Amino acid sequence: MKRTCDRCQNPATHHSVEIIKGQKIEKHLCDACAAEEGYAPAAAHTPVNELLNNFIKSHSGAPTKKDLTCEVCGLSYTQFREKSLLGCPQCYSAFESMIDPLLERAHEGGSHHLGKVPRRAGAGEQRQAQLLHMRKRLSEAVSREDYELAARLRDDINQLETDLSSSSS
Amino acid sequence: MIGSDSIDHAGEWLRGTGPDSDVVISSRVRLARNLGGFPFVNRATKRQRSAILERCREFVTSSRLADGVKWIELTESTPIDRQWLVERHVISRQHAQDNRETPRGVAIDADETFAIMVNEEDHLRIQVLRSGMQLGEAFNHINRIDDELEERLDFAYSRKYGYLTACPTNVGTGIRVSVMLHLPALKLTGEIDKVRRAARDMHLAVRGMFGEGSEALGDFYQISNQTTLGKSEPEILSDFQHTVVPQIVAYEKQARQALATHRPAHLDDKIWRAWAILTHARVISAEETLALLSHLRLGANLGRIDTVDVRVLNELLLLTQPAHLQKIVGAEMDPQQRRQARADLLRRRLGTR
Repeated sequence: MKRTCDRCQNPATHHSVEIIKGQKIEKHLCDACAAEEGYAPAAAHTPVNELLNNFIKSHSGAPTKKDLTCEVCGLSYTQFREKSLLGCPQCYSAFESMIDPLLERAHEGGSHHLGKVPRRAGAGEQRQAQLLHMRKRLSEAVSREDYELAARLRDDINQLETDLSSSSS
Repeated sequence: MIGSDSIDHAGEWLRGTGPDSDVVISSRVRLARNLGGFPFVNRATKRQRSAILERCREFVTSSRLADGVKWIELTESTPIDRQWLVERHVISRQHAQDNRETPRGVAIDADETFAIMVNEEDHLRIQVLRSGMQLGEAFNHINRIDDELEERLDFAYSRKYGYLTACPTNVGTGIRVSVMLHLPALKLTGEIDKVRRAARDMHLAVRGMFGEGSEALGDFYQISNQTTLGKSEPEILSDFQHTVVPQIVAYEKQARQALATHRPAHLDDKIWRAWAILTHARVISAEETLALLSHLRLGANLGRIDTVDVRVLNELLLLTQPAHLQKIVGAEMDPQQRRQARADLLRRRLGTR
């Protein structure tokens, strides 16, 4: 059965059932009348995956493409696209979702490393990230002329690097 | 002054020896590496760049690699010296640029078969260069150097992406395999465009050997892989070594035979005109020199001219370049003076004054 709008004679596209004080109230409205009554227009033509993406973006707090920035070296994705150069090893994870399709295009579909593995791989990865962070704080401290902190950071960096080279030999 | 002992001869890669050296001038393998825990060169502070340079220099000059190795501090060398290293294919154009903000250097071994550039686009760019078709040997050599460096230097690496590089086009293995080819017959028969197209389809880059970015001068081409991620080094090497290069070499040799069989007068005319001009010119440009040396080299390799040795021609490819000329003469020269010095050098070396 095809219903017409409760308020005019247009075909109804908006249907709702509300229970108010134990009373069932059915409403059948056309698009225009539904909008007037304060119902959001049905987004019937938005693809499901787009809705999902919007949902994930608005809930995960992930920044949009434009302002995606590597927190270690401060390079933005836009800057990367201008020069085609990344700023630090950490950029690869910072821009992962955008870089992966680029890599596949540049490397005949290749997306994962299948070549040589350095002897110290794995254990080194985490420490390398740590060192990057510490060096960033070091140059910030130096430019602030906070030499006390800089000296401390320098010692920490040296310590970490000593651990690194002694663990390998 | 750099290279005072090697001003008037070429490095190992232009020796004109090695398999298929009539077509394959040289084989090159390079690796891109970065120190973990530092930003890449373009994003590092000057202080960090100095620290990177210091660390690499100290290690390279004190390790087992140090034997006979020369370290050149590029920020302290003259523009002509840097240009001279570019012409010898020891450093890149980018590395030769005048840039006070980036302390840069290069380590070179005695016969210039390997070089390690520090603070180019990546912290380290290691290359091995050999004459003729010697890609397997070049790869084994560079792999040993890499192992040696890895003893003490911690390279930026991730399980997923492999060796991390400033430009994502090098990530993964960081390997670039290339050969420099002399393809005069394919050029004369007009088939060179087919080779270019085929190379593009196979995802390979084709460049001129001299005058990078421009038209391949004198029929000298450089072909290299572009894919570095998702394949192992031996795979990348093997495609190149056993499929790509042998096919192009066979194609060029076929074209040479076809010319000799079907158009011998035309071929000899090219060769002898090249000889005539190179041995009699009083003023000559670098471009014309390369084009004529190419024809002469074709003639010598086909045995159609016996007044000249291929090895001399290989050396002349290098010695007639601007920075080499200026170092041989021992003075800075403007382009006009260079054209004259170039003609003098050619007549002297080709034995006709």
